[in-house]
Amino acid sequence: MTIIDLIPSTIRMTTPLGYVALGGIYSERSGVINIALEGLMLTGAYGYVVGTQTTGSVWMGLFFAIGLGILFALLHAVATITFHAEQIVTGVAVNILAIGVTDYLTPAYERVEGLPEWKLPVIGTYSFLVYLLPIIMIASHILLFKTSWGLRLRAAGESTEALKTLSLSRANWQFFGVIMSGILASIGGCYLASDVHYFSEGMTAGRGYVALAAVIFGNWRPLYGVAACLLFGFASSLELADLWNIPDQVLKIIPHVLTMIVLAGLVGKSRPPAALGKMES
Amino acid sequence: MNIRTISVKLPIYTFIQIRKLLNNCYPQLLATCGFFLLCGLVLLLRRQNPLEFYTTIFVSGFSSFDEFGSVLFNTTPLIFTGLAVAIGYRCGLFNIGCEGQLNVAAFAATLVGMYLDLPSILLVPLCIGIAMIAGAAWGTVPGFLKAKFGAHEVINTIMMNFIAVALTNFLVTSVFQEPNQMIPHTSQIYENARLSRLGSYIPFIPETNLLNDSFIIACVCVILCFIFLKYTRWGYELRFVGNAPDVAAYGGINPGIVIVWVMALSGGIAGLAGVADVMGYRYRFLDSFSSGWGFTGIAVALLGRNHPFGVFAAALLFGLLNKVALDIELLLNVPRGLFLAGQGLLIIGLVCLEKIQKKNK
Repeated sequence: MTIIDLIPSTIRMTTPLGYVALGGIYSERSGVINIALEGLMLTGAYGYVVGTQTTGSVWMGLFFAIGLGILFALLHAVATITFHAEQIVTGVAVNILAIGVTDYLTPAYERVEGLPEWKLPVIGTYSFLVYLLPIIMIASHILLFKTSWGLRLRAAGESTEALKTLSLSRANWQFFGVIMSGILASIGGCYLASDVHYFSEGMTAGRGYVALAAVIFGNWRPLYGVAACLLFGFASSLELADLWNIPDQVLKIIPHVLTMIVLAGLVGKSRPPAALGKMES
Repeated sequence: MNIRTISVKLPIYTFIQIRKLLNNCYPQLLATCGFFLLCGLVLLLRRQNPLEFYTTIFVSGFSSFDEFGSVLFNTTPLIFTGLAVAIGYRCGLFNIGCEGQLNVAAFAATLVGMYLDLPSILLVPLCIGIAMIAGAAWGTVPGFLKAKFGAHEVINTIMMNFIAVALTNFLVTSVFQEPNQMIPHTSQIYENARLSRLGSYIPFIPETNLLNDSFIIACVCVILCFIFLKYTRWGYELRFVGNAPDVAAYGGINPGIVIVWVMALSGGIAGLAGVADVMGYRYRFLDSFSSGWGFTGIAVALLGRNHPFGVFAAALLFGLLNKVALDIELLLNVPRGLFLAGQGLLIIGLVCLEKIQKKNK
């Protein structure tokens, strides 16, 4: 087995992380810390399986997942933005809630259809979400850094007062950011569930946190964030392939160690949005 | 003072005290009541009798010393993690890393207990001490990174959780695995390193009950934390930095140093939750033995208003829930996810209510 053989599994590992990380970037750029990514991803996976099982259509599954993701993200948004509740506590609560709800209403352990796959020359056959990811990544980059929308979204994250001076509502932009994170994180969960064709309790297994790590490692930028996911995805595909006899625990902690190093500013410069987690009093 | 004035004043005094308590704690009480009402409502939706649900909780939790002992057994680790989170929070720090800290501490305790055969009087404190040091070390890293580089402790504690789980997993499966066993756990620790069960010296608790000395340690910890926070210089510094780091710096306190030792202390206390499992229950390290105690600790601290006695009460509630979850599942056929979902909603409702309370003040 060579590195070339790892490309398909790397792509499969990277895609869900990539969506969730993009979601995390929207939320954090608007100034709302989103620890809830893990839970949002789990609800996405759950929603896809339940939606597909009940309606028999994968598209309905996708819509159901996104709807559920928006619902859970709204919970986080209302608590943190409307009530100014502690963002980390609510994030943890949403995660616990997601585990609880998906455990309480566990769907039948039946194989569900995967999302449609497209065959492209050279690259191979993958779910259409794989091809959508680079498009969404570039679109996010343009939206965030080249449009006035993005400027306002980032302004919400950089200062608690900036938008007020333009008589714009910071809360509205933060709602937009958090809901985007709900949509994208649940799409990531969808991919995960459609890839393995079933739902199991806690199937995200910390991927939401890895995506959060990628957000930080990618310095809160869509292109770098997805690149970080690619790196982390490669590490987990190495883990599966058991290449070079590296203990899989070592590969597992790579994202976390790298993130700690970057966050400490030992390598490169980590610059989180200035008003991340801050609320005007 | 004669009997008459006492009989007039006492009810008034109690009334004032109760009103004060209600005024301060109504978010907590409302959230708890809401939680139980919500569970009842879900039972109604399942076309089951909610009264049966409440009686099952009561019977499963309080009907005998044996049952109540099991509740306290489930409470013990939550007291430790709740205290750990609360102490960090009083200093303005979020320690979400209890899960990792208790894993590392449990492993350290197991190593000492497995390889040193000393008299019990030496070995037990040694195990606990080493475990606390291991937990403290795990907590210090994010504390140091925050004090030195300003890195957010939340992210770092989360990352340290994963590193701790991977590290202990590696050590258990590749180095210290008990020979000829499929389960990923170590060999047992020496008899001398074990904490005795309360049933062995308290007559009305059955000997088979799992409640052990770690519960006593937890109670002592609660009282020590209370004294520490309220009556010592360090407790004062801790609260000062938590409330106003800039003012504290102006007043001659170095916030960076306080942050580092508070994270160490918090990690050490969280480590005791691992000790409770290894030395009081399993007598060995089992891979990923903790069932989310670190995260429940956040809920415990929040519900207990970050006060040691409040933490004790809140841990009792969550311990009760953990204990009865199994019975609810077996007797009423309700998945335990209900409690988890309820807990999530309870936390969200509680933080919102607290903000409303603050606004009204």
